[in-house]
Amino acid sequence: MAAEGNSKPAKKLSLKENYALLTRGLGWEPSYEKKEDIFRYISFEGVKIHDWDKWEDPFRLTMDAYWKYQGEKERKLYAIVDAFQQHNGQFNVTDARYVQALKLFINGITELEYDSHRGFNILAREFPGVGPRIAAQMQSLDELRHATTQIHTISQYAKYFTGMNEFPYQFDRVWYLSIPKSFFEDAVTSGPFEFIVAISFAFEYVLTNLAFMPWMSGAAFNGDMATVSFGFSAQSDEARHMTLGIEVIKFLLEQDPGNVPLVQKWIDKWFWRGYRLLSLLATMMDYMLPKRVMAWNEAWEIYYEQNGGALFADLARYGIKPPKRAPETIAEKGHVAHQMWSVFYGVRDAVGFQTWLPSDEEMAWMSEKYPDTFDKYYRPRYEYWKSLEAAGTPFKNATLPQLCQVCQWPCLFTESGDPTTLSLRESEYQGQTFHTCSDGCKDIFDDTPEKYVHAWLPVHQIYQGNCFLPGVDPTAPDFNPMYEALRYMGIKPGIDGGDYKGSADATNWENWTSRPANIHEGAYTDAVRDTANPADASARKTS
Amino acid sequence: MATTSTQPVFIALQANNDTMPIIEAIRQDNPNAVVHDYPAMVKIDCPGRLVIRRETVEEHLGREFDLREIQVNMISIAGNVDESEDEFVLEWRSA
Repeated sequence: MAAEGNSKPAKKLSLKENYALLTRGLGWEPSYEKKEDIFRYISFEGVKIHDWDKWEDPFRLTMDAYWKYQGEKERKLYAIVDAFQQHNGQFNVTDARYVQALKLFINGITELEYDSHRGFNILAREFPGVGPRIAAQMQSLDELRHATTQIHTISQYAKYFTGMNEFPYQFDRVWYLSIPKSFFEDAVTSGPFEFIVAISFAFEYVLTNLAFMPWMSGAAFNGDMATVSFGFSAQSDEARHMTLGIEVIKFLLEQDPGNVPLVQKWIDKWFWRGYRLLSLLATMMDYMLPKRVMAWNEAWEIYYEQNGGALFADLARYGIKPPKRAPETIAEKGHVAHQMWSVFYGVRDAVGFQTWLPSDEEMAWMSEKYPDTFDKYYRPRYEYWKSLEAAGTPFKNATLPQLCQVCQWPCLFTESGDPTTLSLRESEYQGQTFHTCSDGCKDIFDDTPEKYVHAWLPVHQIYQGNCFLPGVDPTAPDFNPMYEALRYMGIKPGIDGGDYKGSADATNWENWTSRPANIHEGAYTDAVRDTANPADASARKTS
Repeated sequence: MATTSTQPVFIALQANNDTMPIIEAIRQDNPNAVVHDYPAMVKIDCPGRLVIRRETVEEHLGREFDLREIQVNMISIAGNVDESEDEFVLEWRSA
C-alpha cells in the first residue's frame, strides 16, 4: 500500500460524472426476483416507460451535496427560530388577527407535508429507475423536514394563542380540514405516476408558488420572522421539487405517445383539485393579513396566468393543453376570497379560528383591488352585517353547509358567469345522488365515481351522529349537538373560534403588548397604551 | 443555446446578504432581466432564458462559488433547469 502523500489526489469528478455514478453505477438488475414482483404498482395505470435511464435530474444533486446544503439550511433556520423565541417574536406581528391564519397553517397545511413525506417514500420504493428514486428519496426527507420545522416554529405561537395545540387530532376530525386531508389522501391512494403528476407537477410546479411567494412575503411584511423563515427554507427545497415536477412530465411525454392523454387527464384533475385547495390562500391573503402585499387576483395573474401560461406554451410541443378548467379559475379570481370569508364569518362559532368583518380601510383596499366585483357584490353584504352587529343582532349561520363530494369545500362558489347564483352540480351513481361544487369537481367525480362515493364527508357524519365523544348522550335533555361536535373535533367552543373582538386572543394581545388587537379599529380594552395621552388609556377605546 | 421563446422564466431569491452578489451577477449577464423587490424576496423575470454564471458571481463575491450554494437561498423558479459547474440556466424552449 502506497504511503499517503505519494499518490496524486484523484481528479475531482465533474457534476455530471458524479451524478452518473450515483444514479447509474449504484443501480442493479435483479437476478433472483422478477422485476414485476419488486415493482408492484408500476404498470396498472397504463403508463409506458421504455428507458428509465433517460431520466436525469437537472440539478444533478448528489447525496454529499444534499446533506451539506440541507444541513446549512437547517442551521440557518434554527438560528432564526432561536432568536425569534428568545426575543418574544410572537408579539412582533402586526396584530393577533394575523395569528388566526397561522391556525389554518398548522392545522391544515403542516400535515400535508407529512403526507407528502409518506407519498414520496412510496415513490422512492416503487419507481424502477434510480434517478427518480433518488429524487423521491430526497424529497421525502425534505417533506419530513418541512413538517418538523413548521411544528417547532409554530409551537412558540401555540404557547400564547388559542387553537394550535391539537393539530394532528384536529386534522383528522375538523370539518373544513377534510379539504386538505382528502386532497392529499386522494393523491397518495392513486398510482405512483398519478401521484407524482398530481403533487410534483400540478400542485408544486403550477400552484404552490402562491403559498410560498406572495403569502410568505406577506408574513414577512407583517413581522412574522419565524413563519417566513421556515417558509423560505421549505421553499428552497420546493424549487428542486418543482424541477422534479417538470422533469417527470417531460419524461412521461417523451417515453411514449400513449402517455399523453393520461398525463393530460391528470393535469386537468389535479390542477382543479389543487386550485380548490389553494384558493383558501385567497381569503388568507385578502382578509387575514392585516398589512397586505398583493391581492389574490394579482397573485393569480402573475403565478398562474403569466407563469402558468409560459409553462403550458412550452408543453404544447408534446400536445399538452392548459388545464381544462383554467378559465373558471380566472373567472372566479375576483370573487373567491370574498365568498370564502363570508362563509367562514357566518359559521364562525363552528371553526377553530376567529373572524371579523373587514374595516372601512380594508374595504377601501378591496374596492381598489377588485373594482369590478367588490363594491357591487360584497361591500353591501359586509355593510349590512356591520349594521346587524351594531344593532346587537349579528348574523350567524347555525347550519353546517352542504359539502362537495370531491373537494369537500362547502358548496359556496358561484356560477362562473353569474356571481349571484350558487354553483351546484349533481351526479347519479348506483341510484344515489352526489353533489359537487363545480364542473371541475363534477368531471372528477364522473370519471371515477367508485373512488369518491367513499368520501368521509364531515358534515354528513356530524348530522348522522357519528362525531360525538364517547359517553355523550344525544337523548339527554340539555344535549347541544353543535357544542358536542366541536368538542369531538378538538375545537374549544367559544375560545378557539367565534368573534375576534372579545376573544381570548384579542384580549390577551392587548394585555401583553399594549397595542391594539385590530390595527384598523383602535383599542378594544383599557390595556392599550395611549401614546398621545398616556394618562388616559381608556379614551382611545372604541367600545 | 439561443432560445426563440420570449415567455418569462423567473428565479426568486431571499433578499439577504448572501444573494446580493448573485443578483448583481444576474443583472450583469442578463440585460433583459427585470428585478422585482418584495418584502424579504427578490423575483427576477427574464424573457426566454436566464443564466447565472459562476465566474460572474465570483467576481461580485470575491471568493470561489459553487453554484449549488444558490439552493440555500432559492425560493422558486420557472423554466427548464440545466445546471453544470459553470452555469445555472432557466429556459423555455417553445415560442
